Amino acid sequence: MAGRIGPVARVAGGAAAVLVAALTLGTLVAVAMRAEDAPQLGPADFAAIRFTMLQATLSALFSVALAIPVARALARRSFPGRGLLVTLLGAPFILPVIVAVLGLLAVFGRNGLISQGLMLLGFEPVHIYGLHGVVLAHVFFNLPLATRLILQGWLAIPAERFRLAASLGLSPRDVARTLEWPMLRAVLPGAALVIFLICTTSFAVALALGGGPRGTTVELAIYQAFRFEFDLGSAALLSLIQFAICATAALAVWWVDLPAGFGGGLGRVTERWAISGPGLRALDALAIGLAALFLLTPLAMIVAEGIPRLADLPASVISATGRSFAVALSAAVLTIVLALSLATLALGTRGWKTGAVEALAVLSIAVSPLVIGTGLFLVIYPFADPISLALPITALVNALMSLPFAYRALAPALAEAETVHGRLADSLGMRGWARLKHLILPRLMRPLGFAAGLAAALSMGDLGVIALFANPEQATLPMEMYGLMASFRMEQASSAALLLLVCSMGLFWVFDRGGRVRAAT
Amino acid sequence: MLQLEGLKVDLGAFVLRADLSVAPGTRAAVVGPSGAGKSTLLSVVAGFLAPAEGRVLWDGRDLSGQEPGKRPLSIVFQDNNLFPHLSVADNVGLGLSPSLRLSKDDRARVAQSLERVGLHGMERRRPAELSGGQLSRVALARVLLRSRPLMLLDEPFAALGPAMRGEMLELVQDVAAETGATVLMVTHDPRDARRLGGQTILVAEGVARPPVATEALFADPPAVLRDYLGPD
Amino acid sequence: MTSRLTRSVAKEDIMRLPVMTAGLLALAAPAMAQDQPVLRVLTYDSFVTDWGPGPQIEEAFEATCGCDLQLVGAGDGAALLARAKLEGERSEADVILGLDTNLTADAAETGLFAPHGIDPSGLDLPIAWDDPLFVPYDWGYFAFVHDTALEDVPGSLAELAESDVSVIIQDPRTSTPGLGLLMWAEAVFGAESEAWWQAMADNILTVTKGWSEAYGLFLDGEADMVLSYTTSPAYHLISEDDPTKAAAAFSEGHYLQVEVAGKLAASDQPELADDFLEFMLSDAFQSIIPTTNWMYPAKVPEEGLPEGFDTLIEPEDALLYPAEEADEAREDALAKWLAALAR
Repeated sequence: MAGRIGPVARVAGGAAAVLVAALTLGTLVAVAMRAEDAPQLGPADFAAIRFTMLQATLSALFSVALAIPVARALARRSFPGRGLLVTLLGAPFILPVIVAVLGLLAVFGRNGLISQGLMLLGFEPVHIYGLHGVVLAHVFFNLPLATRLILQGWLAIPAERFRLAASLGLSPRDVARTLEWPMLRAVLPGAALVIFLICTTSFAVALALGGGPRGTTVELAIYQAFRFEFDLGSAALLSLIQFAICATAALAVWWVDLPAGFGGGLGRVTERWAISGPGLRALDALAIGLAALFLLTPLAMIVAEGIPRLADLPASVISATGRSFAVALSAAVLTIVLALSLATLALGTRGWKTGAVEALAVLSIAVSPLVIGTGLFLVIYPFADPISLALPITALVNALMSLPFAYRALAPALAEAETVHGRLADSLGMRGWARLKHLILPRLMRPLGFAAGLAAALSMGDLGVIALFANPEQATLPMEMYGLMASFRMEQASSAALLLLVCSMGLFWVFDRGGRVRAAT
Repeated sequence: MLQLEGLKVDLGAFVLRADLSVAPGTRAAVVGPSGAGKSTLLSVVAGFLAPAEGRVLWDGRDLSGQEPGKRPLSIVFQDNNLFPHLSVADNVGLGLSPSLRLSKDDRARVAQSLERVGLHGMERRRPAELSGGQLSRVALARVLLRSRPLMLLDEPFAALGPAMRGEMLELVQDVAAETGATVLMVTHDPRDARRLGGQTILVAEGVARPPVATEALFADPPAVLRDYLGPD
Repeated sequence: MTSRLTRSVAKEDIMRLPVMTAGLLALAAPAMAQDQPVLRVLTYDSFVTDWGPGPQIEEAFEATCGCDLQLVGAGDGAALLARAKLEGERSEADVILGLDTNLTADAAETGLFAPHGIDPSGLDLPIAWDDPLFVPYDWGYFAFVHDTALEDVPGSLAELAESDVSVIIQDPRTSTPGLGLLMWAEAVFGAESEAWWQAMADNILTVTKGWSEAYGLFLDGEADMVLSYTTSPAYHLISEDDPTKAAAAFSEGHYLQVEVAGKLAASDQPELADDFLEFMLSDAFQSIIPTTNWMYPAKVPEEGLPEGFDTLIEPEDALLYPAEEADEAREDALAKWLAALAR
């Protein structure tokens, strides 16, 4: 009798679905309805659409392709500090965009480490600006995510299969063909899709590194429609197009399951045989070493540039940090509530309804934050002062942005908990809160910790929606950092960036670790 | 008394019918070939599966539509009888309160029942720290505490060695005696059926037959049972 | 709230929900529970940060007005007009501060603003001022800022395009300096501006969303020059005692940015709003501007400009489109910009 869910769960799930739909599509409609003129798309808009798809496709392909050797090396090698490395490698993904861009430029910029090295040797400095710069930055952001997803796939191959392969004398090449390739074929399209979706809505990266209007993405075109032309109709239409690009991409890989278990444990190493040859060892060491160098050097630069002025950050930065924590924690709670409600609803429905719930949860990332913010503004304005609601709204929209990841982490774990333990709970009459407290939450500790950590970290560094509802008395840490930059105080801004990095990483680490420790059994 | 009245379970590929009653206090083994529907029968009684036709009655009361947790029965599965994240005491305590709101008195009863199944002082342990036999004992402690008039056992001791299985069966009998429960136990092993004493329900060829005395049944097994048991 | 068999939820569990909701709502700061009249001024974010003019100006005005002055940030300067349009006539704001002359015609067209009635004589602007709706509070020249170590500093826009010097500019679609450069090129080159932008293409390292990113990249040494203001070196000189930043004087003249404020017609505090606009031109306000907003005061205070401002270059020709012409030229100029650089 799977598919039976109680009325409270059904109402909660339904409410979550309606809320997510209202926030994504509803806000779009609100913006479109406010439009005065029929939308007009020009050649520049089509160029933006082409560039968006091109950079997102390239970013997804490179991220995934480069992640394969790294994930394989991490899956089969154990070495001291491996756990720490896996955690640190996840850092770029939760980094605030502007912080990451500055870190990247400290390495790859014209005055960065690499260029300085090259110039010492008499070569030209690196030119990072352009399509390749955008792709480089997106790979920096998403390589950790791709690695994590693929590593998950590797660790999901039962150890017995590798034992069987070893007993049959299969070479690493044979193992790749019979065990690893089928896994990759199942995992890669989903991983690539997730990254494609993330890169589609990219804006700040594309603008900073795109090298000019060539690097105009759809999201930037939406900004232009809003700010420059105040053409809400075009903004809504472009937002719809962005959504359609994402939906099409999602449909294109519908036949494979989206990657599940973002939150699974990556701590163990699959016991492997016949991989101790010096060639393979060197290859794995190289993959891990290069990935670590690529991902960690910019982080190190952020730390190095941030430390000098860390001690004399103004008091307002500290209170902004407190506010950011409040928003981040609220966003984490909201993300979990939404994801769990939707996952429960999906478990209780069948056929197209399940598909609709999953699509809703995953595609919420495809909607322009600017359109969501503006739509909310238009909807709320007649009833309340949006500025006084800035922080709760920010928390809500941030929760929406993290929802796809939280959902993908929680849904499979929830299904498994119900499959394995659901009957026992039924037979004991555990329902409602008792079931949630004593069965669901404890069984989901690991993905819950991961999802909450991710949501909190992403929210901590977000500047997207808060800017629209901004109130200086309620500035968050990213706003404060921008304020420092806008007042020429670049060095203090670097310190604020470091503080932001530490807070984001800290939040993620605490939640993720907490989830794992509490899920010890 | 348990009555299965004109029961028909339709699982697409296979159909199981049952029309039988089990007298109060009976200890009935449920035996039959693999895939014949023994576990399916228990699932219908427990309320995990809804029958296509017919009714399940307890003391003349129709149980249709009643949730598993509300039915007058306790069930022990082959595995996953305990929540791995809860302590032994909490796992047993769930039998008293599904939301684990336990009074001091309740806690004392939990400790008593654990002592009764030979797990004195193991309240704080986690399931992962217990042996297979101990896991079964915890599940039985909970059955004891719930004290429902019907006990369903779905091959609960299949993974235990012969000696341990014997001990467990004795414990089942003790628990049943204490609570006065009717027992239905699915098993593969005719020796288990015999050890349980009482009656046997033969499930084969899509039908669950009414219970008959176990000794008599094995003394003169029908053809399907003979095929299943194989040459001695 | 979420499980397969949720038929009932215990009462005390339902009680938990309001607690959570209250926690979320507590994030919404009330900030308006006073008996004093409230004057709400919508402006750009950097105006109201701790390091901008905002805090000092709030203190100075509140000392005399018997009111609560609320400075509300609405993102960056370019977002300000869009925000005013979104809020429309229902706006809670009384004054909008921070539009520039490239946007005033568009702003006037909305009909949201009321005449200020202030006598514009006595302003220290390089141009005459007679706008009935908007009062200027500061101004500056756009300029390319460079490190004094840079050799062969270009002396004009034309020379810049010919040179190998790398520059970082801001996107005119998202930033007011970006839009300023667009108009600058338009004022200097007119019909030839597209050709100039094409010649600039190899000089432009990248185009950022706002001033902060561009200036940050410049200070990190990414480019030789950055689009900013002639007054920017004053910050380095005065606040950091660093004389190594300079603005390049261009022979074609420099485009002017005049930042203005206007009173909203729908204001429920019209008199307070008038008082604020008057106050804006007083010494108390104007003396705060140079070292917080790093711009020239619209009306030089009695004590004069701070030391260090005398070292700044003073362009001979101030370029500025009249508001209506700026509005008309804007879209065409953007189209040319996109066409020249999108290749």
